[in-house]
Amino acid sequence: MSSNDSLILGGRAFSSRFILGSGKYSVDLIRSAIEHAGAQIITLAVRRANTNTAENILAHIPEGITLLPNTSGARNAEEAVRIARLARELGCGDFVKIEVIRDMKYLLPDNAETVKATEILAKEGFIVMPYMYPDLNTARDLVNAGAATIMPLGAPIGSNKGLCTRDFIQILVDEIDLPIIVDAGIGRPSQACEAMEMGVAAIMANTAIATARDIPAMACAFKKAIEAGRIAYLSGLGRVLDKGADASSPLTGFLSN
Amino acid sequence: MITLNGRSVDDADGLSLAELLARENYVISIIAVACNEEVVPRAKYNCRRLADGDVIDIVRMVAGG
Repeated sequence: MSSNDSLILGGRAFSSRFILGSGKYSVDLIRSAIEHAGAQIITLAVRRANTNTAENILAHIPEGITLLPNTSGARNAEEAVRIARLARELGCGDFVKIEVIRDMKYLLPDNAETVKATEILAKEGFIVMPYMYPDLNTARDLVNAGAATIMPLGAPIGSNKGLCTRDFIQILVDEIDLPIIVDAGIGRPSQACEAMEMGVAAIMANTAIATARDIPAMACAFKKAIEAGRIAYLSGLGRVLDKGADASSPLTGFLSN
Repeated sequence: MITLNGRSVDDADGLSLAELLARENYVISIIAVACNEEVVPRAKYNCRRLADGDVIDIVRMVAGG
């Protein structure tokens, strides 16, 4: 892959197109997962500090990794904005993943509240990465609101079901100028590869790695799949024949008539 | 009386936020605080005085997707 093929987010260049979630597995494995994934961005959450512990998740994250706090727990834009400001106060930097969810069964994002939160936070200098249900109109609103990227779900969070929304993700890739990052639902490296072949800019995955038998190995598999999908996309995929076949060997000079 | 992370705390009126955090044994470097839904910058912990009815949220970073 060319060294010029960087993922640009908020004016910063990243060579990795794999954003890793840190949830659902032992903190002891986070460092290894990051290293095997080659990830440069990792998501975190903000929660009440009810225990007076000195335990700090940041101690498990290698130096130089960009922190991407999410606003999980927010049920509306106001709560998302508050969480983002608290995350910044915690020293996480300016990146924020907006996650506004008020449906607790399917964990589907509230697109309208996500747009509102994006507009407020973008004006405050955050590099806003909004998690959304793939809808072209909402995506255009997010662009106008100042989002740095658009992050459509492939399937419900934690489901490992893959690219259920692939056709609508493809529309976003085709129509929106911002990087499209598929976030949620990807369960296999092959699905990550497929999304990259579609022209998606990056993949965010958590459960697919966290529920694997061998977490570091699966992180590595995703890394390779995402790289392969990106190279395939840049190489120009071959055309598909809907009907019939097109021989790969010459049709003359056969040994028998 | 104030509310701290959802629980009632007596004898906190008039304390500074810094004093409250010290009394509750919080490690300042890994937390952030909101008072009545507004983020309080760390530099203001010493001068922010608590009043009856204040709602304090103390948060930290945790693993998440």
